[in-house]
Amino acid sequence: MLQVNDLHVSVEGNEILKGLTLTIKAGEVHAIMGPNGAGKSTLSAVIAGKDGYEVTQGTITFEGKDVLEMEIEERAQAGLLLGFQYPVEIPGVKNIYLLKAALNAQRVARGEGEMPAPEFMKLVKEKLGYMKMDASFLQRAVNEGFSGGEKKRNEILQMLVLQPKLAMLDEIDSGLDIDAMKVVADGVNSLRAEDRAILLVTHYQRLLDYIVPDKVHVLVDGRIVKTGDAELAKQLEANGYEGIEESVA
Amino acid sequence: MSDTQTFLDTLKARSSNYTAEPTWIAARRQAGAARFEALGFPTRRDEEWKYTDVRSIAQGSFALADDAEFSPASAAALTLPIDAYRLTFVDGVFSSALSDVDSLPSSVQVLPLSKALAENHEAVGGPLGRLTGVDFSPFAALNTAFMEEGAVVRIAPGTVVEKPILLQFLSRAGQPVMSHPRVLVEAGGRSEATLIEHYTGESEATNFTNVVGELMLDRGAILAHYKLQEAPLGDMHVASIHVEQSRDTRYTSYNLSLGGGLVRNDLISDLNGQGAETNFLGLFFGQGRQHVDNHTKVNHNAPLTFSNENYKGILDDRAHGVFNGKVYVKRDSQKIEGFQSNQNLLLSDRAHIDAKPELEIYADDVKCSHGTTTGQLDEEAIYALRTRGIDEATARGLLTLAFAGEVLDKVTLDAIAERVELAVAGKLPERFNLAGLVEAAVSLND
Repeated sequence: MLQVNDLHVSVEGNEILKGLTLTIKAGEVHAIMGPNGAGKSTLSAVIAGKDGYEVTQGTITFEGKDVLEMEIEERAQAGLLLGFQYPVEIPGVKNIYLLKAALNAQRVARGEGEMPAPEFMKLVKEKLGYMKMDASFLQRAVNEGFSGGEKKRNEILQMLVLQPKLAMLDEIDSGLDIDAMKVVADGVNSLRAEDRAILLVTHYQRLLDYIVPDKVHVLVDGRIVKTGDAELAKQLEANGYEGIEESVA
Repeated sequence: MSDTQTFLDTLKARSSNYTAEPTWIAARRQAGAARFEALGFPTRRDEEWKYTDVRSIAQGSFALADDAEFSPASAAALTLPIDAYRLTFVDGVFSSALSDVDSLPSSVQVLPLSKALAENHEAVGGPLGRLTGVDFSPFAALNTAFMEEGAVVRIAPGTVVEKPILLQFLSRAGQPVMSHPRVLVEAGGRSEATLIEHYTGESEATNFTNVVGELMLDRGAILAHYKLQEAPLGDMHVASIHVEQSRDTRYTSYNLSLGGGLVRNDLISDLNGQGAETNFLGLFFGQGRQHVDNHTKVNHNAPLTFSNENYKGILDDRAHGVFNGKVYVKRDSQKIEGFQSNQNLLLSDRAHIDAKPELEIYADDVKCSHGTTTGQLDEEAIYALRTRGIDEATARGLLTLAFAGEVLDKVTLDAIAERVELAVAGKLPERFNLAGLVEAAVSLND
């Protein structure tokens, strides 16, 4: 589904990713872990298409298409969706509008036509319930005045409504208390499907107690230095990243 | 030949139309012409016109229209889809074919000025010119010199007018013409009404409209006044609106300025009785080389009066906007509240705004505030929307509408809100922020 090959990325002349290679297949949940500054957020930002990241070498393909040639919105329409570590507040744009505009943009891009309003409302209501969110959220401006936990839940709500093929979740656990984390994890787990993949970027192992990954990659200094299963995350929790770095060196 | 003389010559050539008119009109026409001749067109040396160059009007050559022919199909395409009592003027000339006031209740009169004069000219002569005299500005003087047509609205005390009253001004393409409409509104005590002035026309038109509006609200009257200005981009539009509010009246102006190449609005409210409240909501949008100037003034002439002003400017390309808002508190008008906010959004590096809020207070027990800001769209928010599959143009449109939200949300007439959205944000997939859908969502929760 997603193929990242020998990716080198610079930000303002500093090379952050230094030859990252990663393959994600449909149905899989991957976790990328690593110390601060290793390039975890850079990877998801580059895949989503954020400005300011220069790809100097390598390729990213999604279902055979060259991601780096696609506009930001085309990536989302193709089913690549990023959940932000720091969701942006968008004053004046109601959540309900964002959800409907985004869903319909993707459907129209896929030639499916817009979803009728009653069907859409039924869908949204079901997903709201899943995320233990009140309908009043729909009337509020996107993320404006939301607590940290509400913002993260809102990101997952968008995922549930938009049903991406590949959901990338950047530090979705940061700033969450244990109850909120369970709700978020339940939401993410409900996305697991044969034809969908999930990429978790996280600093801490604790999220992975709730969302058990098929593969864990350790990202250090711009490269994946080790790949394993969920057990690897537990080792990291016990020994820290230093052990890995030494073993690589 | 001076610019002023061109207009005076046009007036002279028109004089045969005026031979049979009542003496008071002839006298005012003369006074208007004399005042205009003395003042001439304003220049940028005049403080009130510092940011607005009217040479494209002064140096223009404008005829006066004599008929109101307009294809019904084109008119239907331009008109607001609103169930309203409707008067239509084509280049200033009344069109009875495009008007419909048949179902008016007897307690409400909506008639063209010409008809009101023919029926009872003395009843017009009292209020007309009382608020906006020839001294107000060269344009008010010019209007008075040329006044022929317009609208007279009279609402009897205690009447609630169920449907909006729509005054529609259509501008035709062809030889440039000018029109000087008068709008006269007398809202009786405790009456309630919605008045819509709608300016629109054929896209190739290059006409000059110079309207004077005088609105008088008697004790306890409530008036919502929409001015939807969608004039063709080659049109020049000058409006002088003066509102007189007695005790316990509530006036709300929705000044929505989208069209016109050169636009100047003067809006004044006199709060003359305790409990009077005025709300000025404004949204001006400029693109290309449009120039949009809004001058507003609230006169707190009595204690316990309230004003609330919120003007939002959105300027793209090389558009130039002006906001000059003045709040004046008369000596010893205590316990008044006057709030004013002006925020501007510049969508291009070449767009420009001159914003000048002014407070002039001669009382000590007052609550007044004002503020103005100017900024750009939030690029982070555009990125966030695009990562959800929304294309860049739509994302920018949504954020632009979000900026306008505080004003736009108060526009309760859907047909008008839709026009504003289309002009400001282009074609969107839905009505912005989906009021109806949100209600549906809430009711699903029950």
